[in-house]
Amino acid sequence: MIYFKLFLTFLEIGAVSFGGGYGMISLIREAVLSNHWLTESEFINFIAVSESTPGPLAVNMATFIGSSQGGVLGSLLATLGVVLPSFVIILLIAAVLSNLLKYAGVQAFLSGVRPCVVALILATALTMGLSTLFGFTTIRSAPEVDLRGVVILLLLITLHFGYKHFKKKAPSPILMIVLSAGLGILFYAF
Amino acid sequence: MKKLCTLFLTFLKIGAFTFGGGYAMVALLENEFIAKKKWIDKKEFLDMIAIAESTPGPIAINSATYIGYHIAGVPGAATATLGVCIPSFVIIYLISLFFDQFLSLKFVSCAFRGIQVCVVYLIFSAGVRMLKSLEKTAFNTVLVTGVAVCMIAFSVFAVSFSSIYFILLSGVVGLAAYFIQRLHGKGGDVK
Repeated sequence: MIYFKLFLTFLEIGAVSFGGGYGMISLIREAVLSNHWLTESEFINFIAVSESTPGPLAVNMATFIGSSQGGVLGSLLATLGVVLPSFVIILLIAAVLSNLLKYAGVQAFLSGVRPCVVALILATALTMGLSTLFGFTTIRSAPEVDLRGVVILLLLITLHFGYKHFKKKAPSPILMIVLSAGLGILFYAF
Repeated sequence: MKKLCTLFLTFLKIGAFTFGGGYAMVALLENEFIAKKKWIDKKEFLDMIAIAESTPGPIAINSATYIGYHIAGVPGAATATLGVCIPSFVIIYLISLFFDQFLSLKFVSCAFRGIQVCVVYLIFSAGVRMLKSLEKTAFNTVLVTGVAVCMIAFSVFAVSFSSIYFILLSGVVGLAAYFIQRLHGKGGDVK
């Protein structure tokens, strides 16, 4: 039953996604790819949509995937699933366990989780990059280099560091997305 | 009742205008609840951020639930959480209805090929930023390298191993390191 599956999958993601929006990208990616809900490039497209619309990435993802798999009810259940663990945990902390985070054991657990989440984000970005730019997913797949994509990447890196150098702050994600859309049209449409 | 209404509308507004995820929201929350409404004091707000960051789930949802509870109990928590979710839900639901048609336009699909490269780069640079803010300890270095190498290797060799296990295992490693350190410390005291 798809509704049940959507709810449970997002409940699980909501319960273990430490480290905010980017922290849950690897979890959501695994869920959507293994259930064949989205392909890698559909998933990446949707992250771009999510970055350019307001609201938390997790809620956006849950709503989008829920809707594509199970209509309004699907999107309601997926969103409920991803929000519920946060809601319950925070209520517990606020109401009865206000010292939860001060326990040494909890701190020790989190001290392991924190570097792990960083590693998950970096590894996910690298695997996504390999599959998008080099068509390389597993050892059995034949690599195929997308030269135009590589050039776009180099231009974006230059832009990022150039902007940082002159403006003393990183460009906003939306600015980067808009520019890369222009580069995409320039490189792929003609 | 009036409080619940204000709470709902405030979080609705926050949900509708925070682009760029959780951290962008923190500044808005601070402005609304400390500076304007004075519903929560600075110290409590900082505690709230620490809790929202270290518990699972989106920071936006965590802080809405926490602030809602502090202002009006469980109904407050539910109202605030609902408020912060509704704008995303409505916007994304509408987009999901038309997204495929939108993508089938030639220029749009070309634009998205460029955007895909950018998204991967954005995720990578978010990872690098978080890496820089981690404390430079041997424990963190080993864990980051270990998890990243395992995860990439598993993906290359098509071994399915959920990130959930990486997260839970790393938590256990954190606990183990803590207990080993304590035992060690005690051993030292005995001498």
